[in-house]
Parts: sequence; structure tokens; C-alpha cells
Amino acid sequence: MSELELRGVTVRYGHGARAQTAVDAVDLTVRPGTTHGLVGESGSGKSTLARAAVGLVRPTAGQVFLGRVDVTGPSRYARRTRRRVQMVFQDPMSALDPRLPVGLSVAEGLLATGRRTSRADREARVTALLDRVQIDPRRAGDLPGAFSGGQRQRITIARALAAEPEVLVADEITSALDVSVQGVVLNLIRDLQADLALTVLFISHNLAVVRYVSDDVSVMRAGRVVEHGPAERVLADPADPYTRELLRSIPVMGQPLVLADA
Amino acid sequence: MPGTRPRPALLRTLATPRGAAVAAGLLLLALVTAFGPALLGDAADTRDLAARQQGASLAHPFGTDDLGRDLLARVLVATRLSVLLALGATAISVVGGAVVGIVAAVLPAALRRAVNALVDILLSFPWLLLALFFSVIWGTTATGAMLAVGFAGVPVFARLVSTLAASVAGTEYVHAARMLGSAPLRTARVHLLPNVLPPLLVNAAAHASVSLLSFAALSFLGLGVQAPAYDWGRLLNEGARRIYVDPMAAVGPGLAIVLTGVLLALLGEVLSEGGRRRGRAGGRPPRAGTGVAPAVADDAPVVDVRDLRVAFAAEDGSLVERVHGVDLRVAPREVVGLVGESGSGKSVTAMAVAGLLGPDARVRAERLVFRGIDMTRPPSPAERTRLGLEQTMIFQDPLSSLNPSLTVGRQLTEVTEVHARTLRAAARARALAALERVRVPEAARRLRQLPHELSGGMRQRVMIATGLMVTPRLIVADEPTTALDVTVQRQVLGALRGAQRETGAAILLISHDIALVSGFCDRVVVMRSGRVVEELDPRRWQDATHPYTRGLIACVPDMTTDRTRPLPVVEPEAPDDAAPALDPGATDRSGRTGPPARPGRPGRPTRKGVPA
Repeated sequence: MSELELRGVTVRYGHGARAQTAVDAVDLTVRPGTTHGLVGESGSGKSTLARAAVGLVRPTAGQVFLGRVDVTGPSRYARRTRRRVQMVFQDPMSALDPRLPVGLSVAEGLLATGRRTSRADREARVTALLDRVQIDPRRAGDLPGAFSGGQRQRITIARALAAEPEVLVADEITSALDVSVQGVVLNLIRDLQADLALTVLFISHNLAVVRYVSDDVSVMRAGRVVEHGPAERVLADPADPYTRELLRSIPVMGQPLVLADA
Repeated sequence: MPGTRPRPALLRTLATPRGAAVAAGLLLLALVTAFGPALLGDAADTRDLAARQQGASLAHPFGTDDLGRDLLARVLVATRLSVLLALGATAISVVGGAVVGIVAAVLPAALRRAVNALVDILLSFPWLLLALFFSVIWGTTATGAMLAVGFAGVPVFARLVSTLAASVAGTEYVHAARMLGSAPLRTARVHLLPNVLPPLLVNAAAHASVSLLSFAALSFLGLGVQAPAYDWGRLLNEGARRIYVDPMAAVGPGLAIVLTGVLLALLGEVLSEGGRRRGRAGGRPPRAGTGVAPAVADDAPVVDVRDLRVAFAAEDGSLVERVHGVDLRVAPREVVGLVGESGSGKSVTAMAVAGLLGPDARVRAERLVFRGIDMTRPPSPAERTRLGLEQTMIFQDPLSSLNPSLTVGRQLTEVTEVHARTLRAAARARALAALERVRVPEAARRLRQLPHELSGGMRQRVMIATGLMVTPRLIVADEPTTALDVTVQRQVLGALRGAQRETGAAILLISHDIALVSGFCDRVVVMRSGRVVEELDPRRWQDATHPYTRGLIACVPDMTTDRTRPLPVVEPEAPDDAAPALDPGATDRSGRTGPPARPGRPGRPTRKGVPA
């Protein structure tokens, strides 16, 4: 169990007058073994923050800590430690190499552990992982094209798990899926979190989904965190007007949408 | 890991006339290359001074040369050298280009820019100049010419590979590999190379044809193959001296060059098509009638569909039915929601109503009528005009339905100028009003902007505004807010509702989100696997009887969902059974007790070749 802490993280794209601040001095702590929901609309900087957390984007300022170890820099130690933070992407179509059998994609995750393993060990591990995400291990030789969106998303989760991560960053992992498949993936994430005591940063624009999986919630807008706290409190009694606007926009079964501008 | 993959696409390609011709040509070329010198070498080298410089005859179809050697035999024997030199040069270009391109793709940004700049400079040199330059270095030998032509092609492939590799390097699976600690070289080998290879092969085949011509040209100029060796270019050179006396002496080698060049170019084309072939699914019946669109009563249904069946041509040419007998009626001003998962046929149904399905779709219906217009046939000109004015489509991705190079104002006014012949100034004033009505801020400035300058929600409102430019009777909105944030979704739906109130149009809203549809529509139609499973009054959604509808409602978490329990899950459909899941008869997937097989099961080819 490790804590993921972002301290004063700022990400700026471009130079000079055209520079844009995507993430603006964000402090965020994901408590060990809990799920932290990150809500906001597109352009609010939540995906950039996720990429900074896993090292795909270098922060302009600020640090990322994994269990008190600074994993921000390009040093070898930071890079190696950073592999214990893994990410699941939004689009399961582009997150898997279309020409690589899914079993090999999952096996790629084993690289991150840094252990040298025999071929038989690797295959056993891939079988176990595919089984864990409810994909028939006999289909390990199939290409991603033979799987549905929900199945592919489960395969990318298996690949992330193969790295034996302590922290999982889930970036809009259900927004490209049908609602009927969304439930399967959400249940899987909850199970995994509980079984493996994972620390999860769960990013979504869907408040109801975030509420369902998260212990704590942060609301982002224009690169800043505007509100954070325990999920139940933030969503039951939001202090920020923007959070209230988000809540009001969620369609609820059987209730006519409030379409007039407030 | 077992990784065997069948290659049906290749076999199918071979079955086409062009595929078969290319395969036969390649086989012939390979045979001549392999056995030509052994079988005909003697004939090609036998001097017969008595029969020197003869024209074409039965004994010597291409004639003979200065020393009386048979030219046909010489052309066939020269195949080996010509083809091997061309292939060698192509291999140098491709391998060199791939190495430079892929290395450039995994280099740090600054070095990558430097390599790309160098490649750009080399690209702007004419290849012949480079080849001449190289032949100065390596001397005028065949190998020198091969190296010259080969290296001259490297920048072409380096550019191609680095562009392809850059697009692969930006994908999430490469990001994932990086996060997992995959070394750059491993990433290049496992992810970049396999995904870059297919387009590379296509271009290599086409490039081989260019190399062949380059060699012919170099040898013709005396810079390539040197005597006593000979290739097609040298034979052409010798033959050209007596082209006015014995044309066949020059035409013979010329034919060999052209045929092989065409063969290699065709090979590239066949490779690039490999498996993407799609057949037409049977033509539609021709339009009969006078071309006058019938007048329609205002209270008649806007959409009247009975037993709609839509089939698409599968890759192997068979027809697969996706919509199996859908009934749908939309009354004037009614707002109907069409809900279902991807693959449920909801979009296909809506496209059929709008007459927007492509030629690869085969549409059959007992009735498929939009305000008196039979949509199973191509519309007459008068009907086309009416459809343009009375139907509006809003798609999920407004960027792909707006022309990126035309201003917003131009696209808004286009509909009315084409279909209603409105004057431009009047149309412009109307466009401004339409944008204001869908609450686009700074409407006057937006008219002069291009679509990419607007946000997603703004573009979608522009699409709705195009609907306000005419007098739509039906607005078909296919997942109009799926790509948008919830707050923007609310604004867009507000604009849509406003447009509907103003024009009195009916709306067909397609979405996978049953909560959204229930909050917006008068009536909800639930579809699964190409069938309507239930129609629902959203105010009485608790009365939903069909297990699939109930499952669909239950599986979406809302702000009151119990967090301590797992979400209910909609059981996936048994793949070869159209029975709804959650159905007591279908839950036991091992010993299926579902309903008997019906015609047109999903995922299966049906009714092969039945005329429409």
C-alpha cells in the first residue's frame, strides 16, 4: 500500500505568449488503499494531471511522490519506482497494439517488475491475469480486433496489473463503453482495489460513476482543484457552485432534464 | 503464446481477376529470373555473324543484334540481372529508410528534428542527380548503380517510415509500453515495426517498379551495367540505335521493362487493398413515378416504418442482416428516443429513415416512409429537395459533419441557398438569427469562423442551427452529446429542445444512455440486436416489463446507488441466439433452451445473394 501524493504540480504547454497552463499548482493526495475520484469537464486538466502522475508528462513545477519517494525526475531510480504507478486509458481501441496478440500485450506488463522470468512462468502469469479479469485465457493468441470494447478494457487492466502496481490511475476508463459494459468494468475495478489493496486515482466526468467507486473526491476546473473531500460529503452537500452545476446536469431515470439555464 | 492467424484476406485477394493476374505474372517473372540464364544462356550468347542485325522473324521474334545473337533470348536472360538489381536497390532503400525512420522516431526531440531536416534536404534532390553523384564515388559498375539507386531511395522511405512511426508512437499502447519500462529499441521492434510494415510493403512494391525504370535509364545512359554483362537498359540502348530499321530490337526490351514495371505497381495496389474489398449489396430498384413529391397531411406520421430489414455486405461478400424487422412510428412534434447498445441497430434504423445508408447496405421494408416519401428507393429530384428542407441530421462528431474549410456562416446558408433558393443576404441574416436562438455567444463573429475554432458543444449547436435554417419536420440526432461533458450536454439538449419548439419538428434521439433519453423524450424505444424489445413511457419507467430494459436501467449507477453492493450487470447475449439475456430461457447458456432459431440471426451471413 502506497500513498500517491501530488505536490504543487503545474503543467504548462507551449512557450512564451502561447503557453497554456493545463494544470495549475494542484495538491492532491490519494490515501493508501483507497480510491480517489477526480471529476471535471474536458479541458479541466484532469487527464494531464493523470499523465503527470504516471510520468508521461513532465510537470513544469511541483513533485509527484509515491510513498514518500520523489518519482518526478528522469533519474533511473525515479523511473524505476514510477513503474509501480500504472495507468488504464480511456480508449480500449487505441490502448492495445492491433497487431500484437493480447497475451503478449499482457506479458508486456511483466517487464515493469524487472524480474527475469522463464517463458513458462510468463505464460502461467498471463493465464492467471486474463482469468482474473474474466477473459478466457485460451484466447491469449487472438488479436485485439477479436474482442469487444469491454473485453479490451479488461485486457488493458490485466496488462496494468501484470506490472504489480501499487497505484492504478484509471483515466475515463468507462466513457468509451456501453452502459451495460460499464458496470462490469466498474465492478472489476472495485474488486481489484479491495483484493489487492490498490491505491486508485479514478478519473471521470461522470459524477455518479465516481461516487460509486470513490472514497474521496476532488473536483477540477480550469486546471485547479475547486473542491475536495470525502465522496459522500462533497456530492451530498457541494460547496462550490460548479460542483452543484455538475450534479444538476446528470440525467436521472424518469426525471425530465432541467434544460433552462439557471 | 500461440499466435497463428489465418490469412483469408490474402486468399480472397488472389481470387479477384487482378489478384490472380498479379500472382501469375509474379510466378512467371520468378521462373524466368531463376531458370532463364540456364535454359537460354547458350542461345543468348551464340554468335551467328551470317544472321546479324536481322529484323523480327519467326526464328528471331525480336530480331538479332550486331553479332547475330537472338534478342528474345537475350531479353529473357537479362531478366535476372534487371530484376535482381531493382530488388537489391529497393531493399537498400527500404531497409535504410526503415532504420533511419525508426531511429528518428525513438530519438529525443532535438535529434529527431535534425534527422528529419536532413531527410527533407535529401528529398528535395532529384534522385538521378544523387545517383550520378554516387556513381562517381563507386564507379560505373552494376553494383555501383545498385548502391546509387538504393541510397537515392533511402530519404523517401525514411520520410515515410518516420511519419508512420510518429503516428504509431503517439498511440496509447506505446505510452503504456513506456510506462511499463519497455526500452526504446524493444518498443520499436514490438510495436513500431509491425504497425509500420504493411504500408511500407505497399510502397516498396511500387518503389521496385520505379527502381527498375531507374536502372533501365542508368544503363541506357551507359552509367549502369557494363559490357559484357547486359540488362534491359543496355539492350534498349543497343536496340535504340536501329529503332527506325528494326523497331522490335528496341521495343522488345522496352516491353519487358514496361510489363515488369506495371506488374510491380499492380502488386503494390493489390497489397494495399488486401482484404478491404467490399461488394455492393445489390442495387436498389429504380425510381418510378412522375418526380412530383406527394403532398402530405400535417397530422400524418412523420416516420412510418414497418418490418424494416437492413443487411450489409460482409468482408467475404455475404450479406449480414443487422436490423431484423423493426416497426417505428413518429408522430408530428413527437420526441422519440431510440435506446440500445452499440450493435443494437439503432443508428442503422435511423440512417435508413433518413435515407443515408451507403450502397453497401440493402434495405427492405414493408413500409419505410418519411412524410409520404418512400425511402427504400433513391429520391427523385423534387423529393431530394423536400428531404433537404425537412430532415436534419445531427451526428455524434460535429467536426466530421461540418466542412473544415468553410466558415460556419457559409455552411449555415448553404442549405437554404441550394434547396430553397434564398438570396445570400437574407440567408445570412437568418443564419445569424439561428445561431442566436441556439444561444451561441458572439454569433456575428462565429459566422466568420471555421469549425475547428469552435468548442465541441458550440459545433453541436451550430449543427442544430443548420436545422433552424430550414423547416425541418424531423431532426435525427445520433448520440449528439456522447462526446460532450454533462454540463455542455445540458446546454446542447436545451438548444435542441428550443429548436424543436420553434420549428414544430419531431425528434428521433438516439443514445445508449437510457436515463438521458427518458429525461428528454415523450416515448422511448428500446432496441437490442436489431429488434425492438420494448416501448416505454418515460414517466412510467418502473412499469418496464422486458428484462433487458430493466437490466439496462439497473446497471447505470446514479447518485443513490448502494455503494456496498456490486452493480447489476446485463448478461451478454449468447452469441448465436437472438434471445434477450436475463430471460429465464436464455440464461442457461450451456444447454440452450432459448427460442427456436429465427431467420436473420445476428452475426451470421443470411440470405446469400437473394435479389432485393
